[in-house]
Amino acid sequence: MTYDERLQHVSVLGAAGKMGSGILLLTALEMADLSLKPENKDKSFVLNAIDVSPAGLSGLMKYLRDQVRKAAEKKTVLLRQLYADRDDLIENYDIIDEYIFDVMNIVRPVTGIEAAYQSNLIFEAVSENKDLKVKLLSAIDKNNPNQPWYFTNTSSVPINLVEKEAGIKGRILGFHFYNPPAIQRLVELILTSNTTQEVVDFAHQYAKNLRKVVVLSNDIAGFIGNGHFMRDALHGIKEAEELAAENEFSLYKAIYMVNKVTQDYLVRPMGIFQLIDYVGIDVVKFILNVMNPFVGDENLHSDLLDKLMLQGVMGGQLSNGAQKDGFFKYKSGLITAVWDIHKQEYVGLEEFKEDCDEMLGELPENKVAWKDIMRAQDKEAKLTAFFNDMKNLDALGAAIAIDYGLRSKEIGLKLVKDEVAHTHNDVNTVMLTGFYHAYGPINDFFD
Amino acid sequence: MTAGYNTTSLGTGRKEFNPKKPRPGLEHYIKEAGKGVLDQIGGPEHVDESVIGNFMAARFNKQANLPGFIPYIDEGLQWKPATSVEGACGSGGLALMNGIKTVLAETADVVLALGVEVQNTVKAVYGADILAGAGWYQRRKEGHAYFFPGQFSDRAGAYYEKYGYDRARKGMARWYANAIENARLDQNAQEFQNLVKDPYAQAYSLKPNGRSFVDHLTILDCSKVSDGASAIAICSEEGLEKIGVDKKDAAEVVGWAQVIRNITNDPAELTVLETIKKASHQALESAGITVDQLGTLEVHDCFSIAGILVIEALGLAKPGEGCDYVASGKTSHNGELPTNTTGGLIGWGHPTGATGVHQAVTIWQQLTGKAGKAQIELKADKPYGMTINMGGDDVTVIAIVYKRGE
Repeated sequence: MTYDERLQHVSVLGAAGKMGSGILLLTALEMADLSLKPENKDKSFVLNAIDVSPAGLSGLMKYLRDQVRKAAEKKTVLLRQLYADRDDLIENYDIIDEYIFDVMNIVRPVTGIEAAYQSNLIFEAVSENKDLKVKLLSAIDKNNPNQPWYFTNTSSVPINLVEKEAGIKGRILGFHFYNPPAIQRLVELILTSNTTQEVVDFAHQYAKNLRKVVVLSNDIAGFIGNGHFMRDALHGIKEAEELAAENEFSLYKAIYMVNKVTQDYLVRPMGIFQLIDYVGIDVVKFILNVMNPFVGDENLHSDLLDKLMLQGVMGGQLSNGAQKDGFFKYKSGLITAVWDIHKQEYVGLEEFKEDCDEMLGELPENKVAWKDIMRAQDKEAKLTAFFNDMKNLDALGAAIAIDYGLRSKEIGLKLVKDEVAHTHNDVNTVMLTGFYHAYGPINDFFD
Repeated sequence: MTAGYNTTSLGTGRKEFNPKKPRPGLEHYIKEAGKGVLDQIGGPEHVDESVIGNFMAARFNKQANLPGFIPYIDEGLQWKPATSVEGACGSGGLALMNGIKTVLAETADVVLALGVEVQNTVKAVYGADILAGAGWYQRRKEGHAYFFPGQFSDRAGAYYEKYGYDRARKGMARWYANAIENARLDQNAQEFQNLVKDPYAQAYSLKPNGRSFVDHLTILDCSKVSDGASAIAICSEEGLEKIGVDKKDAAEVVGWAQVIRNITNDPAELTVLETIKKASHQALESAGITVDQLGTLEVHDCFSIAGILVIEALGLAKPGEGCDYVASGKTSHNGELPTNTTGGLIGWGHPTGATGVHQAVTIWQQLTGKAGKAQIELKADKPYGMTINMGGDDVTVIAIVYKRGE
């Protein structure tokens, strides 16, 4: 079966979810582009968008239409070539509308799993529940005569186990997109000990066509991305708790301070607590739960997250992409207040920000903003100078930052030692492309 | 001509521009520019008739019958004649010509000439469709997604091949840098707030990429997508007296030409702007002057390559040497022949139907000492200014020669 043939009949499980909808969008675009190739003009291409939620599927179709328009507007130059033989399509308007129709026309929104019984390729993006995944994949495999391939988007379930329990030996791999899949360039590729070369080759070709950066991870819970993020988050929580205890002030102040340090001092796109909010407190807790049984010597768990869940503080995002309140309360994407776990209410930043900032102390004079450093040509030199100056500062913020940077490095090194990642470079690539860090965790800035 | 007024050219580059938020519409710009003139000439009662130049409001704004907006400027303009004219990006120039001819025909002493375009109603990729109307629609299908950049990219490509890529790019980069540096002198310019330290280096280092845009031009070689309007009063001597404006505060029209090329033909030679060549020479001839007597120029640089080709068409440089002429700084603000002194279409902005009028306003400002920070010093032996306004790919061209009234 050629690459094009493999992509003639595809299903996405959990298509209405955040990850599923992105995977569906990218796959629909890729399939539509294949269908427009002259040699494929008489062939049919079918992409099943499978999800249990009819409302979700309805929202998905709207999301898809908007996103396909955006994609079409970006590649109109190419589309004019693809539709050059269509005399009825003259203006960009005409061509973009036709392309949107051609993409939408491939997608079949359905709630039943049966649609996947004819597919050659199944993307799995349902919730992080091993038993559910196994149940769905084995049901499809029993009823599908095509010996389909399975690409799972899991970020924490060991894929070898899914392979074994679903009885799909050699035909599964982890194809882990980052959120949101349409924008994030990173894909973690995870092979089982049986995944056949044919499947791997296809995965590389598919990733290349989607213009994704592939990093190979080993099938160890959390892989590289979550392997780092989860430990980094737990470290942040621990730092905040210790800071509050040492200084005998409320935890919410410490949360604000550690968040500020991890953003401004470590030059990251957002602070660690905001990142947890972004991903969702519930999702983080869930991933920790899935990973924890497989990590042996460590205990990947946080009482604080449990408490927040009980208090109904979840974070995550609304379907329109707006940030829901979690550790922080947000207005137009900006932090305005912090959750006080004891009083169970948000405390406005204006009430304590100044005191906390004073406790942290000044940033070095040559401070660099994440946004600027991402575009800077002499990134390495600027960061080196900044962190060197920080090391010489006798200030609380600087001390927390140095400690945090070292811990982040330690986590990165351990991922290689534990053979989750093949190389230091792979760890850094994941954090640079998947988390938009300005520098990889394995560095010499903080030593 | 006197009492000119420009609105701000709004679009990318201006801090107040946000494509996601509502913006002023067509009527706002017409009113602001029209009022700007009326305030300088003692009110609407002095206006005998009006003419409005616009290219594609019918598509950008779903609006036609623009003369009906003239009384929206001021009720005092109601029940008087008004006309709209269209010749793509030459519409503003046509509005001027219409006013000049009406005054010469002695059917009016004061004509309010206005140009307007509001283009940011659609994304650039759809705006390209609308602007493609300046070419022959029968050729749209084979044209580039970005139709006009595509046309001038072909001209640039031919120029590179004939005269050398690097020389040409140096001239084009200098053209861009002049546009930005001059725009910083006029607070209404779209690039007024541009802070790039070295625009020349920026433009020179950016290479054309045909996969995302066109083969031979970068976006810095292109004029802006703009919302804006400009207006000016065209008066007879009696008209000037009537509105109480001293001749010294007016620019006298001393020569002009209006030339059309058949839109269904391809240009005979890609590296030559033939219509502009004919129009500019006719205009100089009608003014009875030579090109050496020009002290300032406003030319239609919808693309940097067009600016260079206009320099050659005017005879300021030999074919293939316009790029060197520009690169050597001769068209800069303090150069031999300051050109597009407030940024032109690339720096000031290009509200298509308004551009011809904007050029006249700029020349009037320069000749009468009202150009503020952008003011140049005119030498006694070079007292003339000239505007060259073009619609389509060298199709509809209007060239006008001015000097300060005396």
